[in-house]
Amino acid sequence: MIEPHGGKLINKLLSKAEKKKILGELNNFERIAVKSETIKVIKNISHGVFSPLEGFMNENDYNYVLDTMYLENNIAWPFPITLDISSEEIKNIKTDDQIILENNNHEPIALMNVETIYSYDKKKYAKRTYETLDHNHPGVYNVLNYKEKLIGGEIYLLNELKSNFPNFDLKPIETRVLFKEKGWDKIVAFQTRNPPHLGHEYVQKAGLTYVDGIFINPVIGKKKVGDFLDEVIIEAYKALIQEYYPRNRVVLSTFETEMRYAGPKEAIFHAIARKNFGCDYIIIGRDHAGIGNYYGPYDAHDIFDKFPDLGIEPLKFRSFSKCSKCNAIVNDKICPHPNEKQNYFAGREIRATLKAGIAPDKEVMRPEVAEVILRYENPFVV
Amino acid sequence: MSEEEHKVEYTTVSIPKILADKIKERMKGTGFSSVSSYVTYVLRQVLSSIEEEERSKQAFTKEEEEKVKQRLRDLGYID
Repeated sequence: MIEPHGGKLINKLLSKAEKKKILGELNNFERIAVKSETIKVIKNISHGVFSPLEGFMNENDYNYVLDTMYLENNIAWPFPITLDISSEEIKNIKTDDQIILENNNHEPIALMNVETIYSYDKKKYAKRTYETLDHNHPGVYNVLNYKEKLIGGEIYLLNELKSNFPNFDLKPIETRVLFKEKGWDKIVAFQTRNPPHLGHEYVQKAGLTYVDGIFINPVIGKKKVGDFLDEVIIEAYKALIQEYYPRNRVVLSTFETEMRYAGPKEAIFHAIARKNFGCDYIIIGRDHAGIGNYYGPYDAHDIFDKFPDLGIEPLKFRSFSKCSKCNAIVNDKICPHPNEKQNYFAGREIRATLKAGIAPDKEVMRPEVAEVILRYENPFVV
Repeated sequence: MSEEEHKVEYTTVSIPKILADKIKERMKGTGFSSVSSYVTYVLRQVLSSIEEEERSKQAFTKEEEEKVKQRLRDLGYID
């Protein structure tokens, strides 16, 4: 099986005794409240989804990543994973302290060794990560609204984050054991933030044809207004898999992380996470993790050429459509027919149809999938 | 245990003559009596270090693996 990124699956879980000791001494630690999306980062680091990261990036890694897309130890990593902190919060914290990161209900989430506290240039952070400074880009907006300083250092998980989808919440150690149990040698990952239409099914099955199993791994977490609700995506996939996939060839599991919409760089990030889950390949489609017109349609394909050492391989798929002449789902590499013969799987149109309470044509979306989505009064993020 | 059971079977592996000559040079003063015994030693060392590396990369113990399998069974991912 493919080895984790950096060679070792990171595990930042404490023993019961260590955890008990720290939880019994909480008053001795400075405590900082972190956002729900940061708690997801903590969970991912702790369970090795973000291997080789062992905590929030220190200043050196932060700078190396922004400048080179590599960590200081020369392992590929596309954008910073950081913890921002206000001047007020930092008053009682200094380097080498141990602090507690807690949620908004003051429940402790993680212990952090504060290794560096550093100033940073928000514009450089945003521009290098998102390749734009346009405030309308949700990732840029977030970074420009970060607090004044960043703190870096190792973390240790104190309390497990409860998933909204506990039956689909697999950690890398679990997927790796699962793939081994299933006898899968080569696995392809599919990243998604949408319920499946027939185009998705086509690329997934095309990828699956060449390997032993497919790992369908929807992103669960903060998304933009108008995106599908997490539960809609999960329920839609359950319906599709039930009716149209061989059960021994597919695993559906969630990836709890926010969508950053960083386009090509996020494609690398998605690939690294799936490598840690044990996947050899990842399907990269048109405008992967893109938003608006900030990235070229195939930038997320091209960026992989800069990372020959990534380990996981991209399966690059171009835009696909239903060709009325071929009477098949095709892409522009395999079909000679003109545009007027093509019915593209346009997400915007599919969403508009569903919003009107109508099931899309069965040549666009499986009726079972449409039925699940239409059960929801509003299947979209508002 | 009888003497018969201790008998080690051997097979022939071909290596380029030029490499065998280099090994002969390298063997001088090492105590190895033949190219075969020296190559056997080197290969054992190489295999052992690869296996050690693989073991150190194993992220979980057998016990952990069993615990994981139980959770996967509970969730219906495996039978």
